[in-house]
Amino acid sequence: MKVSTLAYSCGQGIKNIKRNKLFSLASVGTITACIFLIGLFYIIIANFQYLVKEAEDSVCITVFFDDDITEKRIQEIGEQLGNREEVSEIKYTSADEAWADYKERYFAEEPDLAEGFRDDNPLAGSSNYEIYLKDLKMQDAFVTYLKTISGIRKVNYSENTANTLTDFAKVVGYVSISIIVILFAVGIFLISNTVMIGITVRKEEIRIMKLIGATDIFVRLPFVIEGVIIGLIGAILPIIALVLIYQKVIVYLMTQFQSFTSIVTFISVRQIFSVVIPMALLIGAGIGLIGSKITIRKHLKV
Amino acid sequence: MIVLEDVSKSYSTGSPAIKNISLKIEEGEFVFIVGNSGSGKSTLIKLLLKELEPTSGKIFVNGKDLNTIKRKKIPEHRRGIGVVFQDFRLLKDRNVYDNIAFAQRVIETPVKDIKKRVPAMLALVGLAEKYRSFPKELSGGEQQRVALARALVNKPTILLADEPTGNLDPKNSWEIMKLLEEINKGGTTVVVVTHNREIVDAMNKRVITMHKGVILSDEKKGEYSYES
Ligand SMILES: Nc1ncnc2c1ncn2[C@@H]1O[C@H](COP(=O)(O)OP(=O)(O)OP(=O)(O)O)[C@@H](O)[C@H]1O
Ligand SMILES: [Mg+2]
Repeated sequence: MKVSTLAYSCGQGIKNIKRNKLFSLASVGTITACIFLIGLFYIIIANFQYLVKEAEDSVCITVFFDDDITEKRIQEIGEQLGNREEVSEIKYTSADEAWADYKERYFAEEPDLAEGFRDDNPLAGSSNYEIYLKDLKMQDAFVTYLKTISGIRKVNYSENTANTLTDFAKVVGYVSISIIVILFAVGIFLISNTVMIGITVRKEEIRIMKLIGATDIFVRLPFVIEGVIIGLIGAILPIIALVLIYQKVIVYLMTQFQSFTSIVTFISVRQIFSVVIPMALLIGAGIGLIGSKITIRKHLKV
Repeated sequence: MIVLEDVSKSYSTGSPAIKNISLKIEEGEFVFIVGNSGSGKSTLIKLLLKELEPTSGKIFVNGKDLNTIKRKKIPEHRRGIGVVFQDFRLLKDRNVYDNIAFAQRVIETPVKDIKKRVPAMLALVGLAEKYRSFPKELSGGEQQRVALARALVNKPTILLADEPTGNLDPKNSWEIMKLLEEINKGGTTVVVVTHNREIVDAMNKRVITMHKGVILSDEKKGEYSYES
């Protein structure tokens, strides 16, 4: 196909949009509504999963040592664990560091109180390794293994969080994919209905084009371009709306529920929309493309 | 070359529009098809364009069997044929210029060639000043001439004209007929459906007379022979 033909088809597509303003508007509205819902849903889900991931990442196993353990043995254990396949990160906190951290957290306003413990670290024996696993599913097996190592007095971990979190994340993932697929299908259905109304008007035109020797592609291209342009416009509107709403909601939640936001964190606007924008444009163009292709297909059989 | 072998065509209702017609039109021939209303002339034209499928029988156009031609090859087949439809079939949403230019865009003619060729065609059919008018702003005869310009613009090897002078006054009719004869001299096969006795008798060409779906007569240098 020649460039001039492509340019001609683009021109025809744009002309069609202008000529059928009402129909174009209805189609844009349909796609806008669909993509708004898809985007909204995606944003909620993504934040949910982000939350779960954050929580998962912060779940760690803490290992404490026997009271009479030597520095050397602690180091040995550290190396042994650090070399394990399933460990993503291992962090050593000495008793002194633990106390320093504690002081900062709880005695920040009353340093005098803390002074009382100066030479007698109340957290002696609390030196530990914090171990973060690559995958929480491996936690049970890993804990069993830890308990076999000599020099380890105690292993702290939370069994339930781990399992619930991974299961929850999985369910949320499946549900979100199915809802997005359903919305996409609904979008195509609605758009093909709207295109159908527009196309019955042009049925005779399509027939004439075919009878004077136009190929299917040549007849279809302007319609497809029309569909894609409408789809893209229908994607840009909800993107703008979603960005504005997302910013507002985050600010609102942060200011209204400060205690809540100290536990819950949100994905930044930039980060989430770096996914939402291309996704919305792609879905918009996709709905326009597939919708117009399906509807025009049966009119091409001349 | 056009060949029909024992072709019949029935619509879903009524008796067959075409009954067991066999026919051969050589390359470069000029043929009139006459016959009263409903005798199947337009149906024949539509079959040649593969707008309709025959109920039985075989049709060959330029060596291609229209029954077995691949769907993908149909546009190519149609591009070799210029058609003036009885009901014109102009694109309502485009002006005269764009209607004719469209036929050229379909075969991907370079834009600069379109810009030269379209005005030349308009001048040929005497519509140079009307190039910006839309079909609904034209008289029947003017629309007919646009349809003819569109049919000729790609220099087809076969021209099928279904009553191309049906809406024209005698003077214009003669001009169009002279134009068709000119085109035929250039090597194009021309098939003209008409009810114009005067023209048929004067031009002294092959005349095929149809009646109720069959060929009543086929004369080499014929005359308009049926009574309507
Ligand atoms: N789409 C159709 N559906 C059913 N019957 C049709 C259809 N088109 C034509 N016919 C019938 O087929 C027969 C032949 O029609 P056709 O149009 O070929 O006649 P014609 O010779 O071109 O007539 P005219 O000189 O009036 O144009 C007629 O009896 C007509 O009623
Ligand atoms: Mg007819």
